Amino acid sequence: MNSVHYLYAALAATAVIHFSYIGILVRRYLRLQSQIKGMEKDG
Amino acid sequence: MKRAFPVLVVLSLILLAYASYRALVVAPTDALQGEVYRIIYYHVPSAWTAFLLFFINFIASVQYLAEGKASTRSAGKWVAIGVGVAGAVVAFVVPMPAGIRPSAIATTMLAIPAFYLFLGKYFPGEKLDVLAVTAAEVGVVFCTIVLVTGPLWARPVWGIWWAPGDIRLTSTLVMWLIYVSYLMLRRFSNSAQTQTLAAALAVFGALDVPLVYFSIWFFRTQHPQPVIGGGGSMDPRMLDTLMLSWTAFLFFGFLVCWARYRLELMRRQVEEAEALEALLDDTTEPVRYRRSAS
Repeated sequence: MNSVHYLYAALAATAVIHFSYIGILVRRYLRLQSQIKGMEKDG
Repeated sequence: MKRAFPVLVVLSLILLAYASYRALVVAPTDALQGEVYRIIYYHVPSAWTAFLLFFINFIASVQYLAEGKASTRSAGKWVAIGVGVAGAVVAFVVPMPAGIRPSAIATTMLAIPAFYLFLGKYFPGEKLDVLAVTAAEVGVVFCTIVLVTGPLWARPVWGIWWAPGDIRLTSTLVMWLIYVSYLMLRRFSNSAQTQTLAAALAVFGALDVPLVYFSIWFFRTQHPQPVIGGGGSMDPRMLDTLMLSWTAFLFFGFLVCWARYRLELMRRQVEEAEALEALLDDTTEPVRYRRSAS
């Protein structure tokens, strides 16, 4: 494998890790929002 | 502040894009390693950001433990000031290994009381614990990048993915494992003492951070010597790009921490509300039962 491919792999890995974590945060936020809505509905 | 968040996100993305452009296109190619050396523009800023976040986690955890009583709160403040000042003086008095600047050590030591007082003022009580978990979690994300990009650089340069037994590499992996176990403890323990236990684990876990950082000076290691403060030299264009990259990573890390911090506050509020609701349900249950029975 050409050494430049390792550079692209590192760049892709950095982006994937960051975006995955942001995805996890968004999912947690949406879950909390639905919990809040459920509590509001119950009164 | 809420309104500023989307603007700061856009600014952060622009900064990251510009730093990537500088890292991949503008910075000169290394004469020995070729293009693959550009991994340092992701690897090194991620490591520095992780160190900073673990440092914040340590200070917040110490302060959370000291917050319990008024006497320990006051003592903690003076201990932090004492450690910072004594460390700064020692840095100039005790001879340091070649490559370590006493001013860098003194600045780091003085950062301890500065962060301690700052966090104590702006993150009182429970917020210290929220900040600690936020810093640990985002720190683990950045540390994961370090552990993934390091072997991707090592394979073409060293010919191996990992140097078994190398102290820099091993201590970094141990540091990552310590903070992952810290997060696991918080995630899966329901004890009332979880926050205190996690804070104590964070204090001991933080002992590994200086070991990781200084291992390349004190031990024989395959890891390259530091390009800043280690007696090494770097092309100014490369150094500028590295600092720009770190600024972009720090800015992005700050925004992620901000989002995670608010999310944690929100999660605790929902948990409290649910607990209160459950308590009210329990107290009203017998009344409902009697009504339906009659």
